[in-house]
Amino acid sequence: MAIFVYGMIGWTLKISLSHLNSAWSTDNSFAGISNYTGLLQDTEFTHAFTNLLKFTVVFLIGTLLSGLIMSLLLEKGIKGEGFFRSTYLYPMAISFIAMGTSWRWLMDSAQDNRATGLNMILRNFHLGFLQNNWYTSESGSMYAMALPAIWQMSGYVMALFLAGFRGIPDDLREAARVDGASEFKIYRYILFPQLSPTFLTVLIILGHISMKVFDLIYGIASKSYVTKVLAIYMWQVIFDFQNYAKGSAIAMIILIIIAAVVIPYLRYVNKSEEANK
Amino acid sequence: MSSDLVSRVTESKDISRNKKKLDGAGQFWLVFRYISLVILFVIAALPIYIMVVNSVKGITGVSQSAAFIPPSHLDFGAWGPTWNVLKVPMGRTLFFVLQSSIISAIIGSINGFVFSKWRFKGSTIIFTTFLFGMFIPYQAIMIPLTQFNQWAGISGTIYVLVFAHVIYGIPICTLIFRNYYAAIPNELIEAARVDGAGMTRIFRTIILPLSIPGFVVVLIWQFTSAWNDFLFAIFLTGGSPKLAVATTALNFITGSGNQVYYGNNMTASLIVSIPTLLVYMFLGRYFLRGLLSGSLKG
Repeated sequence: MAIFVYGMIGWTLKISLSHLNSAWSTDNSFAGISNYTGLLQDTEFTHAFTNLLKFTVVFLIGTLLSGLIMSLLLEKGIKGEGFFRSTYLYPMAISFIAMGTSWRWLMDSAQDNRATGLNMILRNFHLGFLQNNWYTSESGSMYAMALPAIWQMSGYVMALFLAGFRGIPDDLREAARVDGASEFKIYRYILFPQLSPTFLTVLIILGHISMKVFDLIYGIASKSYVTKVLAIYMWQVIFDFQNYAKGSAIAMIILIIIAAVVIPYLRYVNKSEEANK
Repeated sequence: MSSDLVSRVTESKDISRNKKKLDGAGQFWLVFRYISLVILFVIAALPIYIMVVNSVKGITGVSQSAAFIPPSHLDFGAWGPTWNVLKVPMGRTLFFVLQSSIISAIIGSINGFVFSKWRFKGSTIIFTTFLFGMFIPYQAIMIPLTQFNQWAGISGTIYVLVFAHVIYGIPICTLIFRNYYAAIPNELIEAARVDGAGMTRIFRTIILPLSIPGFVVVLIWQFTSAWNDFLFAIFLTGGSPKLAVATTALNFITGSGNQVYYGNNMTASLIVSIPTLLVYMFLGRYFLRGLLSGSLKG
Protein backbone atom coordinates (compact mmCIF):
# COMPACT_ATOMS: atom_id res chain seq x y z
CA MET A 1 0.00 0.00 0.00
CA ALA A 2 2.78 2.37 0.90
CA ILE A 3 4.45 1.47 -2.36
CA PHE A 4 1.22 2.29 -4.13
CA VAL A 5 0.97 5.79 -2.66
CA TYR A 6 4.59 6.59 -3.38
CA GLY A 7 4.15 5.16 -6.84
CA MET A 8 1.25 7.53 -7.34
CA ILE A 9 3.42 10.43 -6.27
CA GLY A 10 6.01 9.36 -8.79
CA TRP A 11 3.30 9.27 -11.42
CA THR A 12 2.17 12.78 -10.48
CA LEU A 13 5.77 13.88 -10.80
CA LYS A 14 5.96 12.31 -14.24
CA ILE A 15 2.80 14.08 -15.39
CA SER A 16 4.11 17.34 -14.02
CA LEU A 17 7.17 16.93 -16.23
CA SER A 18 5.15 16.16 -19.35
CA HIS A 19 3.27 17.99 -22.10
CA LEU A 20 -0.21 16.99 -20.95
CA ASN A 21 -1.38 20.58 -20.97
CA SER A 22 -4.90 20.22 -22.34
CA ALA A 23 -7.79 17.79 -22.51
CA TRP A 24 -6.88 16.82 -26.05
CA SER A 25 -3.21 16.38 -25.49
CA THR A 26 -1.97 12.80 -25.46
CA ASP A 27 1.60 13.92 -25.68
CA ASN A 28 3.12 12.65 -22.48
CA SER A 29 6.66 13.10 -23.65
CA PHE A 30 9.21 14.65 -21.36
CA ALA A 31 8.92 18.41 -21.04
CA GLY A 32 11.57 19.02 -18.46
CA ILE A 33 10.76 21.50 -15.78
CA SER A 34 8.90 23.82 -18.15
CA ASN A 35 5.66 23.43 -16.18
CA TYR A 36 7.41 24.56 -13.03
CA THR A 37 9.21 27.50 -14.57
CA GLY A 38 5.93 28.43 -16.24
CA LEU A 39 4.27 28.60 -12.84
CA LEU A 40 6.84 31.03 -11.54
CA GLN A 41 5.89 33.45 -14.30
CA ASP A 42 2.18 32.82 -13.85
CA THR A 43 0.77 35.78 -11.91
CA GLU A 44 -2.22 33.75 -10.75
CA PHE A 45 0.10 31.22 -9.21
CA THR A 46 2.14 33.82 -7.38
CA HIS A 47 -1.09 35.49 -6.29
CA ALA A 48 -2.35 32.17 -4.88
CA PHE A 49 0.98 31.54 -3.23
CA THR A 50 1.07 34.94 -1.53
CA ASN A 51 -2.51 34.41 -0.39
CA LEU A 52 -1.57 31.08 1.09
CA LEU A 53 1.34 32.63 2.97
CA LYS A 54 -0.86 35.39 4.40
CA PHE A 55 -3.43 32.83 5.43
CA THR A 56 -0.84 30.56 7.00
CA VAL A 57 0.72 33.29 9.13
CA VAL A 58 -2.59 34.50 10.57
CA PHE A 59 -3.96 30.99 10.93
CA LEU A 60 -0.88 29.69 12.76
CA ILE A 61 -0.55 32.60 15.15
CA GLY A 62 -4.28 32.90 15.75
CA THR A 63 -4.89 29.21 16.38
CA LEU A 64 -1.83 28.86 18.56
CA LEU A 65 -2.81 31.83 20.68
CA SER A 66 -6.48 31.01 21.08
CA GLY A 67 -5.76 27.33 21.74
CA LEU A 68 -3.16 28.29 24.30
CA ILE A 69 -5.53 30.74 25.99
CA MET A 70 -8.25 28.08 26.16
CA SER A 71 -5.85 25.62 27.74
CA LEU A 72 -4.52 28.22 30.18
CA LEU A 73 -8.05 28.99 31.30
CA LEU A 74 -8.80 25.32 31.81
CA GLU A 75 -5.56 23.70 32.86
CA LYS A 76 -5.89 24.22 36.60
CA GLY A 77 -9.32 22.63 36.58
CA ILE A 78 -12.54 24.57 36.91
CA LYS A 79 -16.17 23.65 37.45
CA GLY A 80 -17.85 22.88 34.14
CA GLU A 81 -14.55 22.15 32.45
CA GLY A 82 -15.89 19.18 30.54
CA PHE A 83 -18.67 21.27 29.09
CA PHE A 84 -16.40 24.07 27.89
CA ARG A 85 -13.87 21.62 26.54
CA SER A 86 -16.45 19.79 24.48
CA THR A 87 -17.84 22.98 22.98
CA TYR A 88 -14.40 24.21 22.02
CA LEU A 89 -13.63 20.95 20.30
CA TYR A 90 -16.84 20.22 18.38
CA PRO A 91 -15.90 22.24 15.26
CA MET A 92 -13.37 19.49 14.48
CA ALA A 93 -16.23 17.05 13.96
CA ILE A 94 -18.07 19.07 11.32
CA SER A 95 -17.43 19.36 7.62
CA PHE A 96 -16.45 22.74 6.36
CA ILE A 97 -18.86 22.52 3.52
CA ALA A 98 -21.58 22.56 6.19
CA MET A 99 -20.01 25.17 8.44
CA GLY A 100 -19.24 27.34 5.45
CA THR A 101 -22.95 28.11 5.17
CA SER A 102 -22.98 29.73 8.59
CA TRP A 103 -19.68 31.46 8.09
CA ARG A 104 -20.82 32.96 4.80
CA TRP A 105 -23.60 34.64 6.72
CA LEU A 106 -21.40 35.71 9.58
CA MET A 107 -18.87 37.24 7.23
CA ASP A 108 -21.43 38.93 5.01
CA SER A 109 -20.02 42.07 3.45
CA ALA A 110 -23.15 44.27 3.77
CA GLN A 111 -22.54 47.22 6.07
CA ASP A 112 -24.25 49.95 8.07
CA ASN A 113 -28.02 49.84 7.76
CA ARG A 114 -27.95 46.64 5.76
CA ALA A 115 -25.35 45.00 7.98
CA THR A 116 -25.86 41.38 8.99
CA GLY A 117 -23.73 38.79 10.74
CA LEU A 118 -20.49 39.94 12.30
CA ASN A 119 -20.84 43.44 10.90
CA MET A 120 -24.17 43.77 12.68
CA ILE A 121 -22.68 42.51 15.94
CA LEU A 122 -19.85 45.01 15.64
CA ARG A 123 -22.36 47.82 15.07
CA ASN A 124 -24.39 46.78 18.08
CA PHE A 125 -21.29 46.97 20.21
CA HIS A 126 -20.57 50.47 18.84
CA LEU A 127 -17.61 49.13 16.96
CA GLY A 128 -19.12 50.04 13.61
CA PHE A 129 -15.78 51.33 12.34
CA LEU A 130 -14.53 47.74 12.40
CA GLN A 131 -17.09 46.64 9.83
CA ASN A 132 -15.48 45.31 6.71
CA ASN A 133 -15.95 43.19 3.63
CA TRP A 134 -14.39 40.12 5.25
CA TYR A 135 -13.49 37.46 2.74
CA THR A 136 -14.58 39.53 -0.25
CA SER A 137 -12.29 42.42 0.53
CA GLU A 138 -9.33 42.84 -1.74
CA SER A 139 -6.59 43.26 0.82
CA GLY A 140 -7.91 41.49 3.91
CA SER A 141 -9.66 38.49 2.35
CA MET A 142 -7.10 35.94 3.49
CA TYR A 143 -7.02 37.29 7.02
CA ALA A 144 -10.80 37.02 7.19
CA MET A 145 -10.63 33.50 5.78
CA ALA A 146 -8.31 32.56 8.63
CA LEU A 147 -11.10 33.26 11.15
CA PRO A 148 -13.17 30.14 10.46
CA ALA A 149 -9.97 28.13 10.25
CA ILE A 150 -8.88 29.38 13.65
CA TRP A 151 -12.37 28.70 14.93
CA GLN A 152 -12.17 25.11 13.74
CA MET A 153 -8.70 24.19 14.93
CA SER A 154 -8.40 26.04 18.27
CA GLY A 155 -10.05 23.28 20.25
CA TYR A 156 -7.58 20.77 18.87
CA VAL A 157 -4.64 22.92 19.91
CA MET A 158 -6.28 23.34 23.29
CA ALA A 159 -6.45 19.57 23.73
CA LEU A 160 -2.79 19.18 22.80
CA PHE A 161 -1.72 21.88 25.25
CA LEU A 162 -3.94 20.50 28.00
CA ALA A 163 -2.29 17.13 27.58
CA GLY A 164 1.06 18.92 27.76
CA PHE A 165 0.25 20.95 30.86
CA ARG A 166 -1.11 17.97 32.69
CA GLY A 167 1.89 15.86 31.88
CA ILE A 168 4.04 18.19 33.97
CA PRO A 169 4.32 16.93 37.53
CA ASP A 170 2.63 19.17 40.09
CA ASP A 171 5.72 19.01 42.29
CA LEU A 172 7.55 21.32 39.90
CA ARG A 173 4.96 24.02 40.41
CA GLU A 174 4.76 23.51 44.13
CA ALA A 175 8.53 23.70 44.49
CA ALA A 176 8.65 26.96 42.56
CA ARG A 177 5.80 28.36 44.61
CA VAL A 178 7.57 27.49 47.82
CA ASP A 179 10.63 29.28 46.50
CA GLY A 180 8.46 32.35 46.16
CA ALA A 181 8.11 32.48 42.36
CA SER A 182 5.10 34.45 41.10
CA GLU A 183 2.46 32.66 39.01
CA PHE A 184 3.67 34.52 35.93
CA LYS A 185 7.23 33.38 36.51
CA ILE A 186 6.13 29.81 37.05
CA TYR A 187 4.54 29.79 33.61
CA ARG A 188 7.32 31.67 31.92
CA TYR A 189 10.30 29.77 33.31
CA ILE A 190 8.95 26.40 34.35
CA LEU A 191 5.84 25.37 32.45
CA PHE A 192 6.37 26.86 28.98
CA PRO A 193 9.86 25.42 28.49
CA GLN A 194 8.41 21.98 29.26
CA LEU A 195 5.87 22.49 26.50
CA SER A 196 8.29 23.16 23.67
CA PRO A 197 7.75 19.72 22.08
CA THR A 198 4.02 20.44 22.11
CA PHE A 199 4.60 23.82 20.44
CA LEU A 200 6.60 22.12 17.72
CA THR A 201 3.94 19.45 17.15
CA VAL A 202 1.21 22.06 16.95
CA LEU A 203 3.14 24.15 14.45
CA ILE A 204 3.83 21.16 12.20
CA ILE A 205 0.24 19.96 12.25
CA LEU A 206 -1.27 23.37 11.65
CA GLY A 207 1.33 24.20 9.03
CA HIS A 208 0.64 21.14 6.92
CA ILE A 209 -3.11 21.62 7.21
CA SER A 210 -2.70 25.18 6.05
CA MET A 211 -0.64 24.23 3.00
CA LYS A 212 -3.35 21.96 1.62
CA VAL A 213 -6.36 23.99 2.73
CA PHE A 214 -9.21 23.53 0.28
CA ASP A 215 -12.63 22.60 1.73
CA LEU A 216 -12.77 25.57 4.01
CA ILE A 217 -12.13 28.13 1.31
CA TYR A 218 -14.17 26.35 -1.33
CA GLY A 219 -17.07 25.98 1.09
CA ILE A 220 -17.18 29.68 1.83
CA ALA A 221 -16.00 31.50 -1.24
CA SER A 222 -15.86 28.83 -3.98
CA LYS A 223 -13.28 29.83 -6.58
CA SER A 224 -13.28 33.54 -5.89
CA TYR A 225 -10.10 35.28 -7.04
CA VAL A 226 -9.35 37.17 -3.83
CA THR A 227 -9.24 34.01 -1.73
CA LYS A 228 -7.44 31.78 -4.20
CA VAL A 229 -4.78 29.51 -2.68
CA LEU A 230 -2.66 26.77 -4.25
CA ALA A 231 -5.19 23.98 -3.77
CA ILE A 232 -8.01 26.06 -5.25
CA TYR A 233 -5.85 27.12 -8.19
CA MET A 234 -4.82 23.53 -8.81
CA TRP A 235 -8.48 22.57 -8.81
CA GLN A 236 -9.26 25.22 -11.40
CA VAL A 237 -6.33 24.30 -13.58
CA ILE A 238 -7.42 20.67 -13.67
CA PHE A 239 -11.19 20.93 -13.79
CA ASP A 240 -11.74 24.08 -15.75
CA PHE A 241 -8.73 24.01 -18.05
CA GLN A 242 -7.91 20.27 -17.99
CA ASN A 243 -4.26 21.16 -17.73
CA TYR A 244 -3.07 18.02 -15.97
CA ALA A 245 0.62 18.73 -16.30
CA LYS A 246 0.32 22.14 -14.69
CA GLY A 247 -2.04 20.85 -11.99
CA SER A 248 0.43 18.10 -11.14
CA ALA A 249 3.21 20.64 -10.91
CA ILE A 250 1.18 22.63 -8.36
CA ALA A 251 0.46 19.43 -6.42
CA MET A 252 4.16 18.61 -6.35
CA ILE A 253 4.97 22.06 -5.05
CA ILE A 254 2.47 21.64 -2.21
CA LEU A 255 3.97 18.24 -1.43
CA ILE A 256 7.55 19.50 -1.51
CA ILE A 257 6.79 22.35 0.88
CA ILE A 258 5.13 19.94 3.31
CA ALA A 259 7.90 17.36 3.00
CA ALA A 260 10.60 19.95 3.62
CA VAL A 261 9.08 20.64 7.02
CA VAL A 262 7.61 17.29 8.02
CA ILE A 263 10.46 14.90 7.17
CA PRO A 264 13.00 16.58 9.50
CA TYR A 265 10.29 16.64 12.15
CA LEU A 266 9.58 12.91 11.81
CA ARG A 267 13.29 12.17 12.05
CA TYR A 268 13.47 14.24 15.20
CA VAL A 269 10.48 12.39 16.68
CA ASN A 270 11.99 9.02 15.84
CA LYS A 271 15.29 9.97 17.40
CA SER A 272 13.75 11.15 20.63
CA GLU A 273 11.60 8.02 20.75
CA GLU A 274 14.66 5.84 20.39
CA ALA A 275 16.37 7.88 23.09
CA ASN A 276 13.50 7.21 25.46
CA LYS A 277 13.85 3.48 25.14
CA MET B 1 0.56 6.23 25.02
CA SER B 2 -2.43 7.88 23.42
CA SER B 3 -4.90 6.66 26.01
CA ASP B 4 -2.59 8.11 28.60
CA LEU B 5 -2.78 11.43 26.76
CA VAL B 6 -6.55 11.39 26.78
CA SER B 7 -6.79 10.79 30.47
CA ARG B 8 -4.44 13.71 30.93
CA VAL B 9 -6.78 15.95 29.00
CA THR B 10 -10.00 14.73 30.49
CA GLU B 11 -9.10 14.24 34.09
CA SER B 12 -9.72 17.55 35.78
CA LYS B 13 -7.42 18.44 38.56
CA ASP B 14 -8.70 18.15 42.05
CA ILE B 15 -10.36 21.54 42.31
CA SER B 16 -11.46 21.28 45.91
CA ARG B 17 -7.92 22.14 46.85
CA ASN B 18 -8.18 25.53 45.15
CA LYS B 19 -11.32 26.40 47.05
CA LYS B 20 -9.72 26.62 50.45
CA LYS B 21 -7.94 29.88 50.24
CA LEU B 22 -9.50 32.17 47.73
CA ASP B 23 -8.48 35.66 48.69
CA GLY B 24 -9.58 38.76 46.81
CA ALA B 25 -7.15 38.27 43.93
CA GLY B 26 -8.03 34.60 43.70
CA GLN B 27 -11.71 35.40 43.40
CA PHE B 28 -10.99 38.02 40.78
CA TRP B 29 -9.10 35.49 38.67
CA LEU B 30 -11.84 32.90 39.01
CA VAL B 31 -14.46 35.38 37.79
CA PHE B 32 -12.12 36.50 35.04
CA ARG B 33 -11.62 32.91 33.92
CA TYR B 34 -15.34 32.23 33.84
CA ILE B 35 -16.08 35.36 31.85
CA SER B 36 -13.39 34.48 29.32
CA LEU B 37 -14.63 30.91 29.08
CA VAL B 38 -18.17 32.06 28.44
CA ILE B 39 -17.08 34.53 25.76
CA LEU B 40 -15.12 31.77 24.02
CA PHE B 41 -18.12 29.50 24.39
CA VAL B 42 -20.36 32.01 22.61
CA ILE B 43 -17.85 32.36 19.77
CA ALA B 44 -17.44 28.60 19.43
CA ALA B 45 -21.18 27.95 19.49
CA LEU B 46 -22.27 30.83 17.24
CA PRO B 47 -22.02 29.11 13.83
CA ILE B 48 -23.90 26.01 14.95
CA TYR B 49 -26.43 28.18 16.77
CA ILE B 50 -27.19 30.01 13.53
CA MET B 51 -27.58 26.72 11.73
CA VAL B 52 -29.98 25.25 14.28
CA VAL B 53 -32.08 28.39 14.76
CA ASN B 54 -32.52 29.01 11.06
CA SER B 55 -33.35 25.43 10.23
CA VAL B 56 -36.61 25.64 12.18
CA LYS B 57 -37.99 28.82 10.63
CA GLY B 58 -39.52 27.10 7.63
CA ILE B 59 -38.56 27.61 4.00
CA THR B 60 -39.66 31.22 3.68
CA GLY B 61 -39.29 32.43 7.26
CA VAL B 62 -35.54 32.81 7.08
CA SER B 63 -33.83 36.12 6.49
CA GLN B 64 -30.19 36.89 6.88
CA SER B 65 -30.75 40.03 8.94
CA ALA B 66 -32.65 38.02 11.55
CA ALA B 67 -30.06 35.24 11.64
CA PHE B 68 -29.41 35.51 15.36
CA ILE B 69 -33.03 35.77 16.42
CA PRO B 70 -34.68 32.55 17.59
CA PRO B 71 -37.84 31.55 15.72
CA SER B 72 -41.22 32.69 17.08
CA HIS B 73 -42.51 29.15 16.62
CA LEU B 74 -40.95 25.90 15.46
CA ASP B 75 -41.48 25.25 11.79
CA PHE B 76 -39.87 22.12 10.40
CA GLY B 77 -41.12 22.90 6.89
CA ALA B 78 -37.64 22.96 5.42
CA TRP B 79 -36.68 19.58 6.81
CA GLY B 80 -38.89 17.38 4.64
CA PRO B 81 -37.86 18.63 1.20
CA THR B 82 -34.22 18.91 2.24
CA TRP B 83 -34.15 15.38 3.60
CA ASN B 84 -35.68 14.14 0.37
CA VAL B 85 -32.79 15.59 -1.57
CA LEU B 86 -30.16 14.42 0.87
CA LYS B 87 -31.28 10.96 1.87
CA VAL B 88 -29.87 9.11 -1.13
CA PRO B 89 -26.45 10.83 -1.03
CA MET B 90 -26.30 10.36 2.71
CA GLY B 91 -27.11 6.68 2.45
CA ARG B 92 -24.42 6.35 -0.18
CA THR B 93 -21.97 8.13 2.11
CA LEU B 94 -22.78 5.81 4.96
CA PHE B 95 -22.20 2.83 2.67
CA PHE B 96 -18.74 3.84 1.51
CA VAL B 97 -17.65 5.36 4.82
CA LEU B 98 -18.44 2.18 6.75
CA GLN B 99 -16.64 0.00 4.25
CA SER B 100 -13.54 2.13 4.05
CA SER B 101 -13.37 2.55 7.83
CA ILE B 102 -13.64 -1.15 8.52
CA ILE B 103 -11.13 -2.18 5.87
CA SER B 104 -8.55 0.40 6.91
CA ALA B 105 -9.05 -0.48 10.58
CA ILE B 106 -8.32 -4.14 9.89
CA ILE B 107 -5.25 -3.42 7.78
CA GLY B 108 -4.14 -0.84 10.32
CA SER B 109 -4.36 -3.27 13.20
CA ILE B 110 -2.24 -5.86 11.40
CA ASN B 111 0.34 -3.24 10.42
CA GLY B 112 0.33 -1.76 13.90
CA PHE B 113 0.96 -5.17 15.39
CA VAL B 114 3.86 -5.83 13.08
CA PHE B 115 5.46 -2.45 13.76
CA SER B 116 5.06 -2.63 17.52
CA LYS B 117 6.09 -6.23 18.21
CA TRP B 118 8.24 -7.25 15.36
CA ARG B 119 11.51 -5.39 15.01
CA PHE B 120 13.01 -6.26 11.69
CA LYS B 121 15.77 -4.64 9.72
CA GLY B 122 14.64 -1.32 8.31
CA SER B 123 11.40 -1.29 10.28
CA THR B 124 12.03 2.25 11.52
CA ILE B 125 12.52 3.56 8.02
CA ILE B 126 9.44 1.78 6.74
CA PHE B 127 7.47 3.09 9.65
CA THR B 128 8.64 6.63 8.97
CA THR B 129 7.55 6.38 5.35
CA PHE B 130 4.19 5.23 6.69
CA LEU B 131 3.98 8.17 9.04
CA PHE B 132 4.80 10.60 6.30
CA GLY B 133 1.78 9.14 4.54
CA MET B 134 -0.39 11.01 7.02
CA PHE B 135 0.99 14.29 5.76
CA ILE B 136 0.84 13.63 2.04
CA PRO B 137 -1.75 15.98 0.62
CA TYR B 138 -4.59 14.42 -1.35
CA GLN B 139 -3.58 16.62 -4.22
CA ALA B 140 -0.32 14.78 -4.73
CA ILE B 141 -2.00 11.55 -5.82
CA MET B 142 -5.40 12.64 -7.11
CA ILE B 143 -4.61 12.82 -10.80
CA PRO B 144 -2.95 9.41 -11.20
CA LEU B 145 -5.58 7.95 -8.91
CA THR B 146 -8.32 8.78 -11.41
CA GLN B 147 -6.30 7.06 -14.11
CA PHE B 148 -5.70 4.09 -11.86
CA ASN B 149 -9.43 3.88 -11.14
CA GLN B 150 -10.15 3.71 -14.84
CA TRP B 151 -7.57 1.00 -15.27
CA ALA B 152 -8.99 -0.96 -12.31
CA GLY B 153 -12.50 -0.62 -13.71
CA ILE B 154 -13.99 1.04 -10.65
CA SER B 155 -14.22 4.46 -12.23
CA GLY B 156 -17.78 5.78 -11.99
CA THR B 157 -18.65 3.64 -8.97
CA ILE B 158 -18.61 4.52 -5.30
CA TYR B 159 -15.64 2.19 -4.82
CA VAL B 160 -13.32 4.96 -5.95
CA LEU B 161 -14.04 6.60 -2.61
CA VAL B 162 -13.79 3.37 -0.62
CA PHE B 163 -10.39 2.75 -2.15
CA ALA B 164 -9.10 6.30 -1.69
CA HIS B 165 -10.10 6.47 1.95
CA VAL B 166 -8.71 3.04 2.72
CA ILE B 167 -5.34 4.09 1.34
CA TYR B 168 -5.37 7.36 3.22
CA GLY B 169 -6.65 5.77 6.38
CA ILE B 170 -3.92 3.17 6.68
CA PRO B 171 -1.12 5.42 8.03
CA ILE B 172 -3.16 6.92 10.85
CA CYS B 173 -4.77 3.56 11.70
CA THR B 174 -1.35 1.92 11.80
CA LEU B 175 -0.04 4.63 14.09
CA ILE B 176 -2.98 4.44 16.47
CA PHE B 177 -2.77 0.64 16.69
CA ARG B 178 0.98 0.66 17.05
CA ASN B 179 0.80 2.98 20.03
CA TYR B 180 -2.03 0.94 21.42
CA TYR B 181 -0.21 -2.36 21.09
CA ALA B 182 2.98 -0.91 22.51
CA ALA B 183 1.20 -1.00 25.88
CA ILE B 184 0.65 -4.77 25.66
CA PRO B 185 3.50 -6.45 27.55
CA ASN B 186 6.01 -8.30 25.43
CA GLU B 187 6.11 -11.12 28.00
CA LEU B 188 2.58 -12.09 27.00
CA ILE B 189 3.67 -12.59 23.43
CA GLU B 190 6.91 -14.29 24.42
CA ALA B 191 4.96 -16.75 26.56
CA ALA B 192 2.66 -17.60 23.69
CA ARG B 193 5.63 -18.03 21.39
CA VAL B 194 7.27 -20.40 23.82
CA ASP B 195 4.06 -22.40 23.78
CA GLY B 196 4.53 -22.72 20.04
CA ALA B 197 2.10 -20.15 18.66
CA GLY B 198 3.06 -18.39 15.41
CA MET B 199 2.72 -14.67 14.80
CA THR B 200 -0.64 -15.05 13.05
CA ARG B 201 -2.00 -17.18 15.83
CA ILE B 202 -0.76 -14.77 18.49
CA PHE B 203 -2.37 -11.89 16.65
CA ARG B 204 -5.69 -13.66 16.28
CA THR B 205 -6.07 -15.13 19.73
CA ILE B 206 -4.26 -12.65 21.98
CA ILE B 207 -4.04 -9.28 20.30
CA LEU B 208 -7.38 -9.01 18.51
CA PRO B 209 -9.54 -9.59 21.60
CA LEU B 210 -7.59 -6.84 23.37
CA SER B 211 -8.06 -4.44 20.50
CA ILE B 212 -11.71 -3.48 20.80
CA PRO B 213 -11.12 0.04 22.19
CA GLY B 214 -8.46 0.59 19.55
CA PHE B 215 -10.96 -0.35 16.87
CA VAL B 216 -13.54 2.07 18.27
CA VAL B 217 -11.03 4.91 18.12
CA VAL B 218 -9.94 4.10 14.60
CA LEU B 219 -13.44 3.53 13.27
CA ILE B 220 -14.68 6.83 14.67
CA TRP B 221 -11.71 8.67 13.33
CA GLN B 222 -12.10 7.19 9.87
CA PHE B 223 -15.84 7.67 9.91
CA THR B 224 -15.56 11.36 10.71
CA SER B 225 -12.81 12.17 8.28
CA ALA B 226 -14.30 10.22 5.40
CA TRP B 227 -17.78 11.60 6.04
CA ASN B 228 -16.50 15.17 6.08
CA ASP B 229 -14.13 14.83 3.17
CA PHE B 230 -14.96 16.99 0.20
CA LEU B 231 -11.87 17.08 -1.98
CA PHE B 232 -11.69 13.37 -2.85
CA ALA B 233 -15.46 13.21 -3.09
CA ILE B 234 -15.79 15.96 -5.66
CA PHE B 235 -12.63 15.09 -7.53
CA LEU B 236 -12.93 11.34 -7.85
CA THR B 237 -16.62 11.36 -8.67
CA GLY B 238 -16.17 14.28 -11.02
CA GLY B 239 -19.16 15.91 -9.32
CA SER B 240 -21.46 13.39 -10.99
CA PRO B 241 -24.94 13.52 -9.40
CA LYS B 242 -25.18 9.73 -9.66
CA LEU B 243 -22.33 9.49 -7.19
CA ALA B 244 -23.23 12.43 -4.98
CA VAL B 245 -22.23 11.96 -1.36
CA ALA B 246 -23.18 14.05 1.66
CA THR B 247 -20.68 16.85 1.23
CA THR B 248 -20.94 17.15 -2.53
CA ALA B 249 -24.74 17.10 -2.44
CA LEU B 250 -24.66 19.75 0.24
CA ASN B 251 -22.28 21.87 -1.76
CA PHE B 252 -24.64 21.61 -4.70
CA ILE B 253 -27.51 22.87 -2.55
CA THR B 254 -25.64 25.69 -0.84
CA GLY B 255 -23.31 26.55 -3.72
CA SER B 256 -23.45 30.20 -4.64
CA GLY B 257 -25.88 29.73 -7.53
CA ASN B 258 -28.64 28.39 -5.30
CA GLN B 259 -28.54 30.88 -2.47
CA VAL B 260 -32.22 31.79 -2.61
CA TYR B 261 -33.54 29.13 -0.30
CA TYR B 262 -31.87 30.23 2.87
CA GLY B 263 -33.95 27.94 5.03
CA ASN B 264 -32.98 24.93 2.97
CA ASN B 265 -29.31 25.87 3.06
CA MET B 266 -29.15 25.92 6.81
CA THR B 267 -31.29 22.82 7.21
CA ALA B 268 -29.22 20.87 4.71
CA SER B 269 -25.98 21.88 6.44
CA LEU B 270 -27.38 20.77 9.74
CA ILE B 271 -28.68 17.44 8.46
CA VAL B 272 -25.34 16.59 6.91
CA SER B 273 -23.57 17.44 10.18
CA ILE B 274 -25.86 15.41 12.41
CA PRO B 275 -24.19 11.98 12.03
CA THR B 276 -20.71 13.22 12.92
CA LEU B 277 -22.09 15.43 15.68
CA LEU B 278 -23.89 12.46 17.21
CA VAL B 279 -20.72 10.42 17.10
CA TYR B 280 -18.88 13.28 18.73
CA MET B 281 -21.48 13.73 21.45
CA PHE B 282 -21.69 10.10 22.44
CA LEU B 283 -18.19 8.89 21.73
CA GLY B 284 -16.27 12.13 22.19
CA ARG B 285 -13.66 10.48 24.35
CA TYR B 286 -12.67 8.11 21.58
CA PHE B 287 -12.74 10.92 19.07
CA LEU B 288 -10.33 12.87 21.24
CA ARG B 289 -8.06 9.87 21.45
CA GLY B 290 -7.92 9.66 17.67
CA LEU B 291 -7.13 13.35 17.46
CA LEU B 292 -4.30 13.12 19.94
CA SER B 293 -2.84 10.02 18.33
CA GLY B 294 -2.52 11.99 15.14
CA SER B 295 -0.15 14.28 16.91
CA LEU B 296 2.48 11.53 17.27
CA LYS B 297 3.63 12.59 20.68
CA GLY B 298 2.52 14.82 23.52
